Amino acid sequence: MADIAQDIPVVRQAPPPRSTRALGWLRVHLFSSVFNSILTLLAVGLLAAAVPPLVRWALIDAIWSAPNGQACHAGGACWAFIGEKMRFILFGRYPADQEWRPIAVVAIFIAMIAAACVRPLWGRRLAVVWFAGLSAAFLLMAGGLPGLRPVETGLWSGLPLTLILAVIAMLFGFPLGVLLALGRRSRLPAVRGICVGYIELVRGVPLITVLFMASLMLPLFLPAGVTIDKVLRAQVAFILFAAAYLAEVVRGGLQAIPKGQIEAADALGLSYLQRTRLIVLPQALAMVIPPLVNTFIGMFKDTSLVLIVSLFDLLGATEFALTDSNWQGFAVEADVFIAAIYWSFCFFMSRYSQLLEREFNRGKQR
Amino acid sequence: MASDEAALTLAPARPAPWRDPKLRAIAYQIVFVAAVVGAVGFLVHNMLGNISRQNIATGFGFLRKEAAFGIGESLIPYSPADTYGRAFLVGLSNTLYVAALGIVLATILGTVMGLARLSGNWLVAKLAQIYVETFRNIPLLLQLFFWWGLLNTAAPAPRQAWQVLPDVFVSNRGIAYPVPVASPAYKWMALAVVVALALLVPLRRWAAARQAATGRQFPRGWAGLGIVLGLPLIVFVAFGAPFALSVPSLHGFNFSGGSAVSPEFAALLLGLVIYSGTFIAEIVRAGILAVSWGQSEAAMALGLKSGQRMRLVVLPQALRVIVPPLTSQYLSLTKNSSLAVAIGFPDLVSIANTTMNQTGQAIEGIAMIMAVYLFISLSISLAMNLYNRAVALVER
Repeated sequence: MADIAQDIPVVRQAPPPRSTRALGWLRVHLFSSVFNSILTLLAVGLLAAAVPPLVRWALIDAIWSAPNGQACHAGGACWAFIGEKMRFILFGRYPADQEWRPIAVVAIFIAMIAAACVRPLWGRRLAVVWFAGLSAAFLLMAGGLPGLRPVETGLWSGLPLTLILAVIAMLFGFPLGVLLALGRRSRLPAVRGICVGYIELVRGVPLITVLFMASLMLPLFLPAGVTIDKVLRAQVAFILFAAAYLAEVVRGGLQAIPKGQIEAADALGLSYLQRTRLIVLPQALAMVIPPLVNTFIGMFKDTSLVLIVSLFDLLGATEFALTDSNWQGFAVEADVFIAAIYWSFCFFMSRYSQLLEREFNRGKQR
Repeated sequence: MASDEAALTLAPARPAPWRDPKLRAIAYQIVFVAAVVGAVGFLVHNMLGNISRQNIATGFGFLRKEAAFGIGESLIPYSPADTYGRAFLVGLSNTLYVAALGIVLATILGTVMGLARLSGNWLVAKLAQIYVETFRNIPLLLQLFFWWGLLNTAAPAPRQAWQVLPDVFVSNRGIAYPVPVASPAYKWMALAVVVALALLVPLRRWAAARQAATGRQFPRGWAGLGIVLGLPLIVFVAFGAPFALSVPSLHGFNFSGGSAVSPEFAALLLGLVIYSGTFIAEIVRAGILAVSWGQSEAAMALGLKSGQRMRLVVLPQALRVIVPPLTSQYLSLTKNSSLAVAIGFPDLVSIANTTMNQTGQAIEGIAMIMAVYLFISLSISLAMNLYNRAVALVER
């Protein structure tokens, strides 16, 4: 092969440039036709109308420090409000002298999520890391050990609560979702019917009704004398909700497994449990990792709904901070600030899921 | 005798009962159903005990009692003296209204943005990408609070209202906009549109027959557009062109004239449309990218113009990819409209919530909300499945 290549004189040349540098780029990308030119001018006009006032509001006219809200109304953004309320927005009603604990919990969660994104770590080691991390986070939040004052769940709030609700919902919802997906694919009509009924019921109603149900009806469902605290109620709702959505994601993976795999497992004499555990699930679950990340993003955004059942997650704490009579009328600033927090989490995770999708599909691209 | 024995040995040996797949399947199902029924029964038993212990009223009798709470905006006549049942209907109509409007607007915005992301124009594609990446990654509830905060607290009083378009005013009382003054001509114009649409069917048939017979094409699209726009226009002129705008003008502390939407409704609709629009944009983009480039090349080789190529070759194939995920977007938009409760728009959930607080009958209230949403979800999926079947690939 090498000889042949040497025999034929191939001169590798870049294609001729379509046009000159900057002007050519402009012509190709912005003014390729009359219609495109009009679009470009419209877009430039839109930017010219929108960007300068925004910059003026957010930066030039903004007030960065002020003693109180009255001194902060000058036409620009009042970032002093964020400085004043940052602690409350992030950690809410958690005791102020114990602030290092929620900070450590957030750091642990971010480290765990980061670890889960490193593919060489996938496997048993990651499970151990997660187990240790979750135990540490729970101990830090709840306290009760010598040296750690107990803090009741009613005071858990802000970013740690958001992260806890989303992560625990996924962790506990996932096994439930796998079982539901297997049940939905089962050959036993009674099992299939009940699983389909559950999945369609939960997916057919808004999350908010599941939350209402958990917060209003769960206490009624429990035996007399058993009480269940508010955070746990919301957490149960999120787990039940996540399970139904995860079941559909997992079902996608189950359906994508070639029939030959199952027939081969049967031919080897594997039982249903062996076949599912050794042949079906490993392949199905690997296939659905990118959509699982997307479901996690959805859950992360959905945790903001707990505000409606009066819990103080990141959004709830912010809305509460806005009721301070000394600092009135800064809703837009506060919303922009926490939007940036939510956005950075979700954007990073969605980029990661796109990357995974590309890597997983590499074998299929020719 | 011998043949009987042979038959006996040839018949497959019956497995022991605990190894028989059929019997085992039945046994598993009995155990599973028993476990589920047991668990549900335990919960219901607890619930009944708690209800009688706490003296909570049961049944749907409360629907006929007087609601005694006001509702800010309503499509059907309502006063606090009406019943809970009527209030519930008001909430239902508000939910359906905002969801239907949201679906239409989000589809338009999403399609435009999805196409813009595929545009060869770098600036337009980047702007569309920024829109999608920004609003997709922020919780809807936060966006609702943002728009509501913007309209309710950051927007000025009606006296200093922002005039965003000629005669469209944004103030903390909502958005006031001009509407045409009602005239009997409009009813006839609407009828003319219906007649024109009905005329399209024979036109289409005639054009197809002519093309089959002579090979000559008839500009069906332009002719159809002409009929649909022209006929109402003729009616309009025949009535003496009775066109007058009712323009909002400042009157005391608020606008009068024109029409207005409340900040709550505007914030809810804006939030729903902008949030769902990002997802629809991605669906549209993925659908069009899913049609392989070879299809477009083949269409060009056949000499189709770019409009024909899009309409006859690319879109029919893209729609097959687009419709199923679009359905679930419509469903989640409808379900997301329940977030109205957080910003005080009187939708179904918000009114049911008030009802539950007043009567203490949480179970009935939640059951009614769930039933309504399940019904809406199933109807939308049914309608979209029918449509999907119409555009699905017919395999031979």
